[in-house]
Amino acid sequence: MNRKLLDLWVGFFVAIGFAGVLFLALRVGNLSSANFAETYQLTAKFDNIGGLKVRGPVKSAGVVVGRVTDIRFDPQAYEALVTLTIDSRYQFPKDTFASILTAGLLGEQYIGLDAGGDEKMLKPGDVVAKTQSAVVLEKLISQFMFNKASETPDGK
Amino acid sequence: MPADSLVKITDVNFAYDDRSILKGIDMEIPRGKLVAIMGNSGCGKTTLLRLIGGQLKPTSGELLVDGQSVPAMKHDELYAMRRRMGMLFQFGALFTDISVFDNVAYLMREHTDLPEEVIRDMVLMKLNAVGLRGAHHLMPAELSGGMSRRVALARAIALDPMLIMYDEPFAGLDPISMGVIGQLIRKLNDALGATTILVTHDVQEALLIVDYVYFVSDGQIVAQGTPEDIRASADPFVHQFVFGEADGPVHFHYPAVPFEQELMRETANA
Amino acid sequence: MLNGAFSAVIELVRSAGHRMNNALQTLGFAARFFMMILMYSGQSFRRLHLTIREIYFVGFQSLLIILVSGLFIGMVLGMQGYETLQRYGSSEALGVLVALSLTRELGPVVSALLFASRAGSSITAEIGLMKATEQLTAMDMMAVNPIARVVAPRFWGGVISMPLLAALFSAVGVFGGYLIGVVLIGVDEGAFWSQMQGSVDFRFDVWNGIVKSFVFGAAVSLIAVFEGYDAVPTAEGVSASIKRTVVYSALAILALDFVLTSFMFRGN
Repeated sequence: MNRKLLDLWVGFFVAIGFAGVLFLALRVGNLSSANFAETYQLTAKFDNIGGLKVRGPVKSAGVVVGRVTDIRFDPQAYEALVTLTIDSRYQFPKDTFASILTAGLLGEQYIGLDAGGDEKMLKPGDVVAKTQSAVVLEKLISQFMFNKASETPDGK
Repeated sequence: MPADSLVKITDVNFAYDDRSILKGIDMEIPRGKLVAIMGNSGCGKTTLLRLIGGQLKPTSGELLVDGQSVPAMKHDELYAMRRRMGMLFQFGALFTDISVFDNVAYLMREHTDLPEEVIRDMVLMKLNAVGLRGAHHLMPAELSGGMSRRVALARAIALDPMLIMYDEPFAGLDPISMGVIGQLIRKLNDALGATTILVTHDVQEALLIVDYVYFVSDGQIVAQGTPEDIRASADPFVHQFVFGEADGPVHFHYPAVPFEQELMRETANA
Repeated sequence: MLNGAFSAVIELVRSAGHRMNNALQTLGFAARFFMMILMYSGQSFRRLHLTIREIYFVGFQSLLIILVSGLFIGMVLGMQGYETLQRYGSSEALGVLVALSLTRELGPVVSALLFASRAGSSITAEIGLMKATEQLTAMDMMAVNPIARVVAPRFWGGVISMPLLAALFSAVGVFGGYLIGVVLIGVDEGAFWSQMQGSVDFRFDVWNGIVKSFVFGAAVSLIAVFEGYDAVPTAEGVSASIKRTVVYSALAILALDFVLTSFMFRGN
């Protein structure tokens, strides 16, 4: 096998192999500039994070602006400490509301940011003051039943 | 025996697991001479070559090549020593995936930094010495037994080694090829000023070309001498070997119970 | 009579122990062999054409079987996936199903299995045959290290080729799923790609798949070169070694897949 021909075919093989990897990364996966963008971190405290997981999206107005990168338990205040990594292009005011929402009826949970009206912006490392915990289905049902039960004496 | 020895083997023993293959071997191979080691199959001749080449270590005894002890060498020293040796394997052992030319050029390319033009000239020279210059483009699969043996010879002498070893070079060849190989072995030895060890059981061919012979049987040297000594020898083993007699010190029958006894046993059982 | 049974049990234990001993010895030799390959790998890269030659024979020549198999598996995934998903009205998730199955598991594993049976067996055959015809011994006698010259380039050729083949397998598989799902069955094209892109994370799914194929490549290449080098130098010995390469490679791939998957996809 002539060496030049060999090199040619091997070069071709390696080239299409890399093309395959690139195809998987860009067209199949979600490797885009966003993954390499500059980010900053914020923390938020929740009473209950429900089914929120690390790598879950952080959305504002329905658009992904960052990811959940850490979830921890605070043993002093008995609440959940969530670290949000936000794209540096987006700044949020100090009175932004962070709530845990569900995508669709039974979909995965994500953090939604509702921007407030404050002029001052959250700086890297700040804590989001206003949070709303996830809706836990069991509590909702027991509340509904409690409401129903307290209704009936009047209805009699 | 002339004084300056290239290879000096003193009281070497070699055992594999429990089987003793060589016992108390004493051998001297003088510089510039062609020495044959002969014996029947399985007597330890190839093992001797492996010991000299450093592929095996003797269980005891001393083995010097060019004054240096081979068993004591570390990997790098051993490889340096091997670059001064050439070996012809029993079936040629040419590299089947490259051409004749590349086979002979192999060592030159691996061990030297010579430019391709010089290598080309050297390869053609070596192939010319064995008469196969015109076949340099062929692949080993396209060669006959005799031709591939000759190419392997050319490869063995590629770097003008000081010691050339041949393991059964005549095995399986037709009479013409045998004569050719024999003549080549002798001529190359003298032309290169090298020392040659020839392991074979082809007595008649060997006696025509060698300077000295060692006879090995059952791991021990049973006879030695010049070709004239051997032909005139009265030793029964040598006699049986040289004249190809069926029975002698090397028995015809594999050890067994006497025949009548075995037959009787069978009829008794039946 | 009891004596007979007793000695039979002893014999069983003895032979089991003997085989265990052999297995451990072979394992130890294999580990040492691996260290030697790493030590003598310098030449594989300083004289790159050695490795390039192996990449050609091992990687490039496996392209056909990898691409064809990938295409078929992708198409089957498309068909089976659609059949199940449309029962829950989630047929738009077909792209996600095909892509995740391939990049995480099927791509690395199936292409490694195919690689082992095609390229692995030919590596074992080559080296085993060189051993049987004394070519390795000849090399050693000519002061050319057979591990540096013959074994290491084939090992690295396999390690380099494997991830490329796995990526191509997954890529062609996704295309196969697309062919069946979108072109043939009629799943919405936009939903197919956008849902896929939304759910397949590069770092997590694609990259992990690549890491897996590297590990599989190393394992299969090591087994193949080892079995060739360790072969009994006869025709039966070489064919027994080839058989062992294919079987042990398959077992190693599946076992490693389990280990790696539990590390990578734990708790998610």
